[in-house]
Amino acid sequence: MEIFGIPSALLGSQLLIGLINGSFYAILSLGLAIIFGLLNIINFSHGAMYMLGAFVAWIGLTYFEVGYWTSLLLAPVLVGLLGVVLERTMLKQLYKLDHLYGLLLTFGLALIIEGIFRDQFGVSGEGYAVPDALTGLIPLGFMNLPLYRGWVVIAALTVCFGTWYMIEKTKLGAYLRAGTENPQIVQALGINVPMLITFTYGFGVALAAFAGVLAAPVFQVNPLMGSNLIIVVFAVVVIGGMGSIMGSIVTGLGLGLIEGITKVIYPEASSIVVFAIMILVLLVRPAGLFGKS
Amino acid sequence: MKQKKLAAAIALMTAIPFAAQAQVSNNVVKVGVLTDMSGTYSDLSGQGAVVATKMAIDDFIANEKPNFKIEMVQADHQNKADIASNKAREWFERDGVDVATELVTTSVALAVMKVAKEKDRIALVNGTASATITNKECNDVTIHYTYDTYALANGTASALTKQGGKTWFFLTADYAFGKSLESEAAKVVTANGGKVLGSVNHPFPGTDFSSFLLKAQQSGAQVVGLANAGSDTTNAIKQAAEFGITPKQTLAGLLMFITDVHSLGLKATQGMYLTTGFYWDRNDDTRAWSRRFFEKQRKMPTMVQAGQYSSVYNYLKAVKAVNSDDTKKVMDYMKKTPINDFFAKNGRIQANGRMIHDMYLAQVKKPEEAKYPWDYYTIKATIPADQAFTPLKESTCALVKK
Repeated sequence: MEIFGIPSALLGSQLLIGLINGSFYAILSLGLAIIFGLLNIINFSHGAMYMLGAFVAWIGLTYFEVGYWTSLLLAPVLVGLLGVVLERTMLKQLYKLDHLYGLLLTFGLALIIEGIFRDQFGVSGEGYAVPDALTGLIPLGFMNLPLYRGWVVIAALTVCFGTWYMIEKTKLGAYLRAGTENPQIVQALGINVPMLITFTYGFGVALAAFAGVLAAPVFQVNPLMGSNLIIVVFAVVVIGGMGSIMGSIVTGLGLGLIEGITKVIYPEASSIVVFAIMILVLLVRPAGLFGKS
Repeated sequence: MKQKKLAAAIALMTAIPFAAQAQVSNNVVKVGVLTDMSGTYSDLSGQGAVVATKMAIDDFIANEKPNFKIEMVQADHQNKADIASNKAREWFERDGVDVATELVTTSVALAVMKVAKEKDRIALVNGTASATITNKECNDVTIHYTYDTYALANGTASALTKQGGKTWFFLTADYAFGKSLESEAAKVVTANGGKVLGSVNHPFPGTDFSSFLLKAQQSGAQVVGLANAGSDTTNAIKQAAEFGITPKQTLAGLLMFITDVHSLGLKATQGMYLTTGFYWDRNDDTRAWSRRFFEKQRKMPTMVQAGQYSSVYNYLKAVKAVNSDDTKKVMDYMKKTPINDFFAKNGRIQANGRMIHDMYLAQVKKPEEAKYPWDYYTIKATIPADQAFTPLKESTCALVKK
């Protein structure tokens, strides 16, 4: 059977792979969107945090026999704590200034962190084996799906929608949103706003680290893995609308799918299709698909 | 008689400055290592190439006791041709550098070769793969030393096709290097009675190769040829195992270094074939040199790093032999002198600047076969120098007399 002249088995498998890559986009762009939406910081060190997550998992396994499942919790916590320290010591100073200062600071941090890891570990990268419980293939008829990739989709979607629920539907989320809307009044009501903001930044980068651990068994753990991905993720955030939580999740998944289809039709264009869409969206809806202008 | 004396005096007077010219300028030979110190290729060359160059200079001074001084300068070209050509120009014009060497990345090598030609200095190319250096773009001040795309594609593709891998599918990095690697390999496959079923061009650099690997899987080809390098190759190999493509289909890495195998581990790479110009554990000479390198770098050398040592050492030998750092004299000497050392067996520099030497077809060991660290390859065959590289009569270099 063929759809638009493409064998349906091929299309099906590419769409599924698009969904898997989309899950990575979604979880990374979600972290960026939260940080931008609540802190007004364009966090260029997000890719470095993703890389750190993967490296914490690798270092844990190689030197301390910390397994995958523990790392999946531990790495986000450790990287999140690093985020807290960075926010308390550096980013805090920049909230009253233009966005550009936050962008430059986080970009500089990313370069330093990546430089240190490149110096220590080289650029060839380190291998991280798929955990035993998740090895194997699921025969789907049109393709054999590695069990681990299936897990990536489930884990990423669970975390994404959990985060969305927390911010949009819980009391803590309401405080967060209120705190960014009008910090003085919320502070006057007895809520510790600076603490909320620190927590948010820590949580945002913890999401990146979580994605890093998820990615470790799929890609080589490499000091440059974040900078390869981060530009695409920024494009996803811009398309979804800066700061829109649901927008970033839906756009991440959607663009993964579109990229998947492009790989069937014209693979050479698959690395630029996201940017082509970004330009289109910016022309038609400058605030992004889900953004409020 | 008087006239004869006068003639002798004139001859003597002209001979003195002439003799001074024939010596090494300022009595210093300057070697400039221009390499990628922090980017994609820094593991296969980078700091290791600098260490190898230092070893070559130190060993040469200890063994050959030259009557000239040798200095080394180094710079990071960041894989950018403009940075590389500016640095080379500065070195040649201002700093009196005699030879620019290493030069990984095709665009860098081509840019520096041009500057070297203009300034009449030597370019010793090691890290770059592209065979255009000794074909269309060749010049008479360049030596391409370690390996090239032809040698790699030829070695791996012909061995696999002869062993029964008759149908091929290529995963190709979408830029000049990937395409040339693919076309060289495809020619060899067809010439050996094989068939290319298809290929897919992936964006460079890529991270997720699963879509492309599925196409390779659906093609049903026996061999999936990876016409890419660095992290593209390692990620593709890792994901091929994940999707169950290997071991049903065989992967052929057309450009792989021992650092790639080291980073992926034997579990992911076992059974793969690759062509290399050097393997540390091949014989006593290679082991002795490589262990010394390991002491300094904590990693076994890649073929580029070993070739770097050999090329610099043999360059210095040529300078000593002709007692001059004059480009033409050194090049002429190097082109007529055979090279045999721990790196190169049956080495010879052809008219087009291609250093031909024996290459080796290696197979990656199974994890249980490896007895000690870096015990990665079994050498399956030696490809003799005159078969490993482009036959001189097929070279499109203008320096080759037809």
